[in-house]
Amino acid sequence: MTRSPITIAALALAVLLVLGDAVFIVDETRQVVITQFGNPVGAPITTPGLRAKLPLIQKAHFFDKRFLEWDGDANQMPTRDKRFIWVDTYARWRINDPLLFFQRLRDERGAQSRLDDILDGETRNAVARHDLVEVVRSSNRPPEAILVDSEEETAILQSIAKGRQAITDEILKEASRRTGDLGIELIDLRIKRINYVDQVQRDVFARMIAERKRVGERFRSEGEGEAARISGERQRELQRISSEAYTKAQEIRGKADAEATRIYAEAYGRDPAFYAFVKSLETFEKAADPRTTLVLTTASDLLKVLKKP
Amino acid sequence: MSGRVIDFRDFSPPNWVNFPRPLLRLMLAAIAVLVIVVGTLYQVQPEELGVVLRFGRYVRTTDPGLRMKLPFIERVMKVPVQRQLKQEFGFRTVHADVRSRFSTERFQAESLMLTGDLNVAVVEWIVQYRVADPYRYLFRVRNVDETFRYINEAVMREAVGDRTVTEVLTVGRQEIESVVHAKLQTLANQYEMGIAVDQVVLQDVTPPDPVKPSWDEVNQAQQQQDRLINEAQAEYNKVIPRARGEAQQAVLEAEGYALDRVNRARGDAARFVALYEEYRRAPEVTKRRLHLEAMQRALPATGQRLILDEDAKGVLPLLSLDGLKLEAAQPATPGGAR
Repeated sequence: MTRSPITIAALALAVLLVLGDAVFIVDETRQVVITQFGNPVGAPITTPGLRAKLPLIQKAHFFDKRFLEWDGDANQMPTRDKRFIWVDTYARWRINDPLLFFQRLRDERGAQSRLDDILDGETRNAVARHDLVEVVRSSNRPPEAILVDSEEETAILQSIAKGRQAITDEILKEASRRTGDLGIELIDLRIKRINYVDQVQRDVFARMIAERKRVGERFRSEGEGEAARISGERQRELQRISSEAYTKAQEIRGKADAEATRIYAEAYGRDPAFYAFVKSLETFEKAADPRTTLVLTTASDLLKVLKKP
Repeated sequence: MSGRVIDFRDFSPPNWVNFPRPLLRLMLAAIAVLVIVVGTLYQVQPEELGVVLRFGRYVRTTDPGLRMKLPFIERVMKVPVQRQLKQEFGFRTVHADVRSRFSTERFQAESLMLTGDLNVAVVEWIVQYRVADPYRYLFRVRNVDETFRYINEAVMREAVGDRTVTEVLTVGRQEIESVVHAKLQTLANQYEMGIAVDQVVLQDVTPPDPVKPSWDEVNQAQQQQDRLINEAQAEYNKVIPRARGEAQQAVLEAEGYALDRVNRARGDAARFVALYEEYRRAPEVTKRRLHLEAMQRALPATGQRLILDEDAKGVLPLLSLDGLKLEAAQPATPGGAR
């Protein structure tokens, strides 16, 4: 039997193709489910390396093994205290049971749309069950004391019962219950963004502005008050200083007067009559000036000689 | 093909079969060697690590330099572990240079966030990170960088959501940076991303644009407050020290008065006592002497002197008081009218 080289080449090619279909590489990032005429065969392959299957009859379906992303749409939803907000969430998930995943969802596109349904719904439920603060804050951490504003701030900072972490955990738990039978493991869900819807945002801005105005007014009035206080203190200090000085001066003067009086009394007390005499003379001498008219009679000591020598 | 007839018989066997065989072999061998060499050698740049996969399975990590692998069955992926990667939130560097340009408008959605007191702040930040574990970076998470972005946004909002707007805008910056840094690293580990967070740096942290003017106004009010207080203090400082000085002056003056008073009293007393001592020895004569001496001194100083006889009665009609007054009013020369 003679075979033409063309036949040989064709045969070789066929064998190569079949062999090429029989071996496949499982990447670090992949896992594989083998099906035979559509029915899954054997356990899924999750370890990387070179693998083999029956060519043509069996088919390999590749799935990702890594943590996969899910990014929710920003959804408008009300909180329990009737505030409308945009909530944007993301989740991490992975295919932990490729066989189940393959049976239920077929491929990743199906999974994403199921996750959309489940996670959006659960998020909406959870947000609707809680007040806005609960979603925004994650602890009752007291605000750092800020010099002037502190009292105001604590008044505004409402305390929370659960907080963001607990709420997202709740969503995750609820959602996990529903994704369990899809071969999907939800690892984490977090709120990426929360924003007020435009109308509410405008109101919030208006409130912030009003609040700032109030703080500004307070600064101003505190400044004025403080200035008034300082000025009052100045006045008081002034009065105190001058009156204290007056007291002291008067005391000193009084003491001096007393001392002088004592000294005089002691000296003059030796002979009050003589003192009166001397002082009278002195006074008379001082009182005499050109406008004085002195009326003397010849009976006076000085002039009695005029009459009777 | 003018006039040339192609004769197929000339073609078989084909011309190239007549190609010198050894040369052909050599060429084939050279090509094979080249292919093998290219498939074997690879270079890892200084900032990279090479990750080698055999049939898709991770086998080893190689350091920078010229390395070898098995051709065809091993594949290498290079990860720049030394390079610092950066992501920007709330803005993008449009043009990095000495004077970089930034664009912020379109990224408000990233930076606008709710604070714990349900106000709104605009927070822009960057995060710098490196690949710490190439294996995890490559194989554990799909879209690592995108995922890292999400984590960043979530964590930053969590931190900001736990603080008041004033804290966020003023004193809380550093704390937020460190809290976010720690939390990012925790989550990166939890997600097995193989990323090491180097630092989180807050950029512009501002109130939203519509609210900005009112924040400026508060600053202004604060300045005004300071100014008022300073002015009052200045006035205080201007007046009080002077008043203190004046008070001291008053006291010192009083002390001066006291000294003067007491000294004078002492002097007067001493003088009196001295005089008195002498007087005691001869009272009569001293008294008279003093009297007469005083008269002697005083009389010339007086303006007018009237001397009446003690026996004369009805002196008043003679006395022209008017004239006296008139004379007294004029500058009288001592001893004028006698």
